Amino acid sequence: MEQLARLGRIGISSLERLGRGHLLLAHMFSGVTALIMRPTLLIAQIHSVGVFSMLIITISGLFVGMVLGLQGYYILSQFGAEETLGVMVAASLVRELGPVVTALLFAGRAGSALTAEIGLMKATEQLSGLEMMAVDPIKRILTPRFMAGLISMPLLAALFSAIGVIGGHFVGVGLLGVDEGAYWSQMQSKIDLHEDIYNGVIKSIVFGFVCTWIALFQGHDCIPTSEGVSRATTRTVVHSALAILCLDFVLTALMFGE
Amino acid sequence: MSQHPNDSNEPLVKIRGLRFYRRERAIFDGVDIDIPKGLITAIMGPSGTGKTTLLKLIGGQLRPDAGTIHVGGQDVHKLNNKDLYKLRMRMGMLFQSGALLTDINVFENVAYPLREHTQLPESIIRKLVLMKLEAVGLRGARDLMPSELSGGMARRVALARAIVLDPQMIMYDEPFTGQDPISMGVLVQLIPRLNKASRLTSIVVSHDVEETAGIADIIYVISNGKVIAGGPSEQIANSDSPWVRQFMDGLADGPVPFHFPAKPLEADMLENAAATGAIH
Amino acid sequence: MVQMRTMEIMVGAFMAAGFVALFFLAMQVSNLSNLTEGDGYHITARFDNIGGLKVRSPVAMAGVRIGRVTKISFDNTTYEAIVTMLVDNSHNTIPDDTFAKIYTAGLLGEQYIGLDPGGSEEFLTEGGKISLTQSALVLEEIIGQFLFSKAEEGGSNE
Repeated sequence: MEQLARLGRIGISSLERLGRGHLLLAHMFSGVTALIMRPTLLIAQIHSVGVFSMLIITISGLFVGMVLGLQGYYILSQFGAEETLGVMVAASLVRELGPVVTALLFAGRAGSALTAEIGLMKATEQLSGLEMMAVDPIKRILTPRFMAGLISMPLLAALFSAIGVIGGHFVGVGLLGVDEGAYWSQMQSKIDLHEDIYNGVIKSIVFGFVCTWIALFQGHDCIPTSEGVSRATTRTVVHSALAILCLDFVLTALMFGE
Repeated sequence: MSQHPNDSNEPLVKIRGLRFYRRERAIFDGVDIDIPKGLITAIMGPSGTGKTTLLKLIGGQLRPDAGTIHVGGQDVHKLNNKDLYKLRMRMGMLFQSGALLTDINVFENVAYPLREHTQLPESIIRKLVLMKLEAVGLRGARDLMPSELSGGMARRVALARAIVLDPQMIMYDEPFTGQDPISMGVLVQLIPRLNKASRLTSIVVSHDVEETAGIADIIYVISNGKVIAGGPSEQIANSDSPWVRQFMDGLADGPVPFHFPAKPLEADMLENAAATGAIH
Repeated sequence: MVQMRTMEIMVGAFMAAGFVALFFLAMQVSNLSNLTEGDGYHITARFDNIGGLKVRSPVAMAGVRIGRVTKISFDNTTYEAIVTMLVDNSHNTIPDDTFAKIYTAGLLGEQYIGLDPGGSEEFLTEGGKISLTQSALVLEEIIGQFLFSKAEEGGSNE
């Protein structure tokens, strides 16, 4: 009986959190029009969310592409199909690794920072202070960060994929001697603009939405103590990673399952 | 509970039958408070009596479980969001920690409400900000970041920010806590001076008896979710009620349970009170 | 304000890099560049069996890509597949008795349409039809035919 009650409590509190999360989301969206009037706020946030993530994204993209080039070459050369290396590298990057790895890195790099920032602002009464200055902290502080995440993620994912393709080219063509023309032409004939590239972009937009939302909600909903903030930061990374991987499966099934 | 002496004047803040619960515990259990215009009202009580909660209730950040709070004739908790924000522009609040935005410097912190709520040109914003900083004596610190300020300076910057929109009233949350004697002295001077100069109404929430009693015109003492005494400061200071005496004189033992409710200790306390024979 | 300026520049660089990457993916990695290779004219051909031919499969002549498949439909009365191709305008001298055949690139590769030119003086134009076609080779059929002929051989020898 006690266990049942505990299960019930967990269920109720999760539902409450979910409800608060959606209220926060609606509140953030209500601030979008005001944000359009003040683009400098958005620029400042794209700077801290997007620009600061650029380095880790490009370096990771390069190495992931290079590894794909190496592994792909060893497997494909067993079938004498090294020319399709470009297809393999590009397809796996554009469809899966680009959006997913970027989102995971984003959750670790930008998401956790957002949670910690908002959580500390809450703990140091800055959010409360804004409210008493008749400034809506959600519209003023959270909305620009949310939009910045939404805008930055697809750009970062595209950057990751593009750098990855170049990394694969460097290893495949430069080091292992795959024919350069074959690398690009096979890629171009097999990678489809709609099926692959657009779907990859849609994926990364969805991931950007979910990751930023989770990060901001955890920050805004945390217990305003140093322990609460640190827990919230951990939760952001864990929840984001789980959400990304689950959603990736669902989206892939919807997009590529015929 | 207590009838205010200046009833002829409609008070700026009128609290009636306020009840507020945090989980099962009653923070306020039927509180009536009047805060008259143009005076400094102190709300005192031991730690954990929800003094900060009271300020948040007045500011509309929390909702009471029962009772009403009127500010300037408006019921704070019946206002829609827009009107509530309008009302807040006429309130200033000084948080215990200062609550300065840590990513911008002192000048920008003080200028923040102006930039958010007005379309004033930069030159006027500059003048206003420097004026307010001058009032708190920190004009020279305008380029410092909040992390470079001491606690007392941060509180004074926050004070400058709270008055930059020229509010009607200002709420001080524990302004003296954790201050060294000098910055405490500065604040003790500053609060009445600002109140006179800007014709403000001030609410000071504090448990620092001496400093607060020194500057307040009206004092309310809260304990256990109820107002146990209220009136002009001299009257409270000379009150012979054992509750008030215990608090004002800082006696460890007395009728007020200083501790979070705990059965055996409470019984202990009542015994003590009975021994002094002062319960009516 | 200098800070704001550098920040704006950084954000501008970031967004430009992102869009360049997207553009690179669209133009260099995907088949968009092939899709937009100028205008062309449509010709159709009927096949008994198109095997694994797909929309956007290449159309080649002498091994050189000259167009792509734009539409595949099915004729309910003749039970044939109707394949519409877009041939680049620069290749406008294809004789109207050209032979269209479905080939496979490599043993396991994709299928494409190969055009073998005929000797006619008339050229195909927009809406032109290729009447001479050969279906895709279906592996099972080939094996079936091979076995059948072997069996026949064996039968006649006895």
